Amino acid sequence: MRMISRYTIGLLPIVIIMLLAAYPFMNDSRSTLILLSKIFIFAVFAMSYDLLLGYTGIVSFGHAMFFGIGAYAIGIVMYKIGDSMGMLLLALLIGVVLAAIVSYIVGILTLRLQSHFYAMLTLAFAGLFTVLAEKWRSITKGNDGFPFPIPDFFRDRTTFYYFALVFMILFFLLLRRFTKSPLGRVLQAIRENEQRTASLGYQVVHYKVIVSVVAGVVAALCGGMYGMTLRFVNTSVFSMNTTLDALLMTIIGGIGTLYGGVIGAALIELAHELLTSLAKVHPIFERWIIFFGLLYILVVMVFPLGIAGTFKLWLKRKKTSIPLGKRDDVPW
Amino acid sequence: MESILKTRELTIDFGGQAAVSGVSLEVPKHQFQSIIGPNGAGKTTLFNLLSGQLQPTHGTILFKETDITHLSPPLRTRMGMGRSFQITNVFPNLTVLENVRLAVQSSAGVRFNFFSALSRFKQFEEEAVHYLKSVMLDGKRDSLAKHLAHGEKRKLEIAMLLALKPELLLLDEPTAGISIEEVPAILDVLRGIKEQGDKTILLIEHKMDMVLDLSDSVTVLFNGKLLASGSPQDIMNNELVQSAYLGGLYDDAS
Ligand SMILES: Nc1ncnc2c1ncn2[C@@H]1O[C@H](COP(=O)(O)OP(=O)(O)OP(=O)(O)O)[C@@H](O)[C@H]1O
Ligand SMILES: [Mg+2]
Repeated sequence: MRMISRYTIGLLPIVIIMLLAAYPFMNDSRSTLILLSKIFIFAVFAMSYDLLLGYTGIVSFGHAMFFGIGAYAIGIVMYKIGDSMGMLLLALLIGVVLAAIVSYIVGILTLRLQSHFYAMLTLAFAGLFTVLAEKWRSITKGNDGFPFPIPDFFRDRTTFYYFALVFMILFFLLLRRFTKSPLGRVLQAIRENEQRTASLGYQVVHYKVIVSVVAGVVAALCGGMYGMTLRFVNTSVFSMNTTLDALLMTIIGGIGTLYGGVIGAALIELAHELLTSLAKVHPIFERWIIFFGLLYILVVMVFPLGIAGTFKLWLKRKKTSIPLGKRDDVPW
Repeated sequence: MESILKTRELTIDFGGQAAVSGVSLEVPKHQFQSIIGPNGAGKTTLFNLLSGQLQPTHGTILFKETDITHLSPPLRTRMGMGRSFQITNVFPNLTVLENVRLAVQSSAGVRFNFFSALSRFKQFEEEAVHYLKSVMLDGKRDSLAKHLAHGEKRKLEIAMLLALKPELLLLDEPTAGISIEEVPAILDVLRGIKEQGDKTILLIEHKMDMVLDLSDSVTVLFNGKLLASGSPQDIMNNELVQSAYLGGLYDDAS
């Protein structure tokens, strides 16, 4: 009996992926395909945030900056230079390199200090990039942003949907490999006990800078993908809301799990969608931050380790058959 | 005899109060040396200076003929100095096995690998299990470290130190908190290391009788100062030590 249920759970992701792959054949509504593509992209964005928060214990208040760098790199190159496939690759490369440089600089400057310095400096840098995007009007067209073309190949919503799905699966596998690698194990040790990690012979700052760069680069790629989804970019990609989305998705999904990001992204994006449509019924629903706050409180109360984290714990209890009554991992 | 560790006039001030003051110490290679002293004598602080957790206000530390006074803790560890902590200091939400495996990985010099062969990982784990067995903790390999009892955490601490394979082991009261029945087994582990003959052990102990027969030499610390140093026999018979340390305080403390 237990065998069967374990087997089913192992099968679950495969079934979900097959359903998602088959989805465009059942329903090719443009808006749903776009929504799902966005979920896939935000799932990876949340995973990149999870590398910092869940695996290493680093808090960033400006993760949106890397997302925005990726999105603007695509937008500017496509609009100003050309929308060929080669240019797309160049744009992604520019985004990645810029994100790597910025995350490296921020990391080197603050990661040897107490943790709040990183949080504050990322926030400051994100603010700097917002101002840059607002004021450098000749390139960015200011606050309103601008639409841009993308290569014909990706213009088809179904094609792009599959591309985004593969992007998510690929990055999930890559990042999972990363977190299970010798380096990834050290990150988790740093989260648990930084000083002890150092006294085992690991130079903590190097690891923090590496994970900061990896998370920044992945976030920039997500930003690029997001730009390709909307074919439009404005300063909102740099905003605190974007960082908050990543934070909420990670925590609601379950930190330190990676796939929690998928659950969190789906929930938050669907909630966004629902609230936008409800806004026609009553304007209160435009204040989505209130509802996200409520959702957050609800999830944290019911699933203190996030949805994926609580699920994982539940599975483990089942496996080792510890009665659920004795839950010392849970605050209550 | 050649010495592996030498300190000169080592001093640290905590706002006017010198917790360690003018300690000049020499530890010969492959020796088992104990540091004893009453509560608050500065033993742990001395270890913190040796392993780099604290910077001295004055004085120098030589390890294997190199001045390491300003070297960071991880680099000292890589040079072959490992320590255990008096206050348990493990990775609470990782498994017992993973706690030790991280130490094995570090001593194998595997630091920045993004990808590693599964066989290598298995090898690390097997080695980690070996160290867990040596402290009788292999039954708990899959528990989270935070779920261990206090004595078990102390044993985990020792396993992590052994897994680093240091040339110089700094042990801060390794038997404190371990149940009376298990203490001999832990001392056996230390004796085993001593008999292999290729390691140097510097051990802090509160209760002198515990380590007298293991120690080649004993150093007494009192009020941050080096009071006496010599063979266990000399220390036992030293009048200064008896009056300052064994006299009143020792009986209260044990
Ligand atoms: N970081 C610190 N800041 C200020 N004072 C400190 C600090 N660390 C230790 N001390 C003080 O230094 C003195 C020596 O403490 P230490 O922990 O080294 O003693 P010890 O010999 O290890 O004692 P015990 O046998 O209780 O472990 C104590 O008076 C302690 O209060
Ligand atoms: Mg002490």
